[in-house]
Amino acid sequence: MIEFHDVHKWFGKLHVLAGVNLRVEPGQVVVVCGPSGSGKSTLIRTVNQLERIDQGRLVVDGQDLASPGLDLNRLRAEVGFVFQQFNLYPHLTALENITLAPIKVRRAPKVQARQEALDLLERVGLADKAGRYPAQLSGGQQQRVAIARALAMRPKIMLFDEPTSALDPEMIGEVLAVMGDLASSGMTMMVVTHEMGFARHLSHRVVFIDQGQILEDAPPEEFFANPRHPRTQQFLRQVLSPLH
Amino acid sequence: MLKYHFDWGTVLSGRYLDWLLSGVVVTLEISALSLALAMFLGVLVAMLRLGPLGFLRRLAQAYLEFFRNTPLLVQIFFWYFGSYKILPQALNDWLATTNFEFAAGVVALGIYTSAFIAEDIRSGVRAIPKEQMEAARSAGFGYLGAMRHVILPQAVRITIPPLVNQFLNLTKNSSLAMTIGVAELTYQARQVESYSFKGLEAFSAAALAYLLISLFIAGAVNLYTRWVLRPAAGR
Ligand SMILES: Nc1ncnc2c1ncn2[C@@H]1O[C@H](COP(=O)(O)OP(=O)(O)OP(=O)(O)O)[C@@H](O)[C@H]1O
Ligand SMILES: [Mg+2]
Repeated sequence: MIEFHDVHKWFGKLHVLAGVNLRVEPGQVVVVCGPSGSGKSTLIRTVNQLERIDQGRLVVDGQDLASPGLDLNRLRAEVGFVFQQFNLYPHLTALENITLAPIKVRRAPKVQARQEALDLLERVGLADKAGRYPAQLSGGQQQRVAIARALAMRPKIMLFDEPTSALDPEMIGEVLAVMGDLASSGMTMMVVTHEMGFARHLSHRVVFIDQGQILEDAPPEEFFANPRHPRTQQFLRQVLSPLH
Repeated sequence: MLKYHFDWGTVLSGRYLDWLLSGVVVTLEISALSLALAMFLGVLVAMLRLGPLGFLRRLAQAYLEFFRNTPLLVQIFFWYFGSYKILPQALNDWLATTNFEFAAGVVALGIYTSAFIAEDIRSGVRAIPKEQMEAARSAGFGYLGAMRHVILPQAVRITIPPLVNQFLNLTKNSSLAMTIGVAELTYQARQVESYSFKGLEAFSAAALAYLLISLFIAGAVNLYTRWVLRPAAGR
């Protein structure tokens, strides 16, 4: 579903992605973790081309992103992206946030888009908040609306960039619960997160990235029980017992 | 104590009043049409200025510099006295059958004002966090679609106060169109003065009319902001 073949990217002199090889199979949930500045956001943002790659090959849903005939808008419509800071449209209600792209991009009939949006709000537990503006919602609620907004485009792949990092601790659970449902439903997901509970119980593979290189790529049982690379071991000690 | 005895009766009755009122109507017409043109061009130029194509960006920049930094009166004269020399004959023939000075006035005022409006819109757009564009693009919107449905609706809200200023300037600037014979309010006040010799009254009445028009515009925009645009929910 997603294939990185020796992908490189530079920001000026900074080698942010230094030869990344990674495959995400259909229906798989892959968690990406690593220290701050290691290139996690950059990696996930290349998948829907919010960042371009400088070298290597990236294939998403069977399409080589370097191929000249690529319809980027169409590809992006099929890849949902959830941001750390939610990035809801502040001038629209929760419902309108969800229906905007289906109506304007996918050209869905308004009545149908609205019904689907209400169903999605129900699914993320916010059926009663359809008419609220983002500023009238808590962080956890905003992030759930943002997930519903991405799902409204009926994506084949969902990308999450630290979806719970901007949330107060008591709201993290509600967002993780929605993501857990989605994972169980068979969605292909790439999730940048430091929520090791999510990684351990809901992911198929955990990837550790440091200085733009993937140092560890293993199923969660193995990743947590026997991390091979010393950097992974050190990282895990830090995130699992922050007070060490 | 003022020694002068105002003679409102003469100016505010009969044909003088008719002249002044017709001047108000023409002022409103020329202002409204120029405003429509200015908004259209202003949004367009702002988009080019912000857009991804380098050569269009420079073109838009040149447009802005040129029309913002030359006197409006010169631009009015340019369109009135100069434009027929560069326009195609067919267009000139058609323009000759119309109210040419009015059209020249609308074009001059519209283009001049569009340069200022474009700059206001551009700063409004730049005030919207870039993540909004990213969110829209991630959902499959193209650049223009994202602008139209996500960025501009937010930018318009913060651009309204400076835009009101441009609207008011436009209305006041429309008085310059009298120099090419557009029979707007200032032109008519001048006419009343030369027939009645009541200059003080005629121009006081004109000034009052401009003031009322301005207050009306400001009030209308205020209502629009409050009732039509929904609350721009804070971030
Ligand atoms: N647009 C940019 N221009 C220049 N440098 C950038 C840009 N975006 C990111 N970087 C740099 O690239 C490196 C990797 O950034 P990235 O955001 O991918 O890291 P990250 O792993 O997501 O970190 P964090 O955990 O802090 O979110 C960092 O050093 C960052 O400062
Ligand atoms: Mg990041």
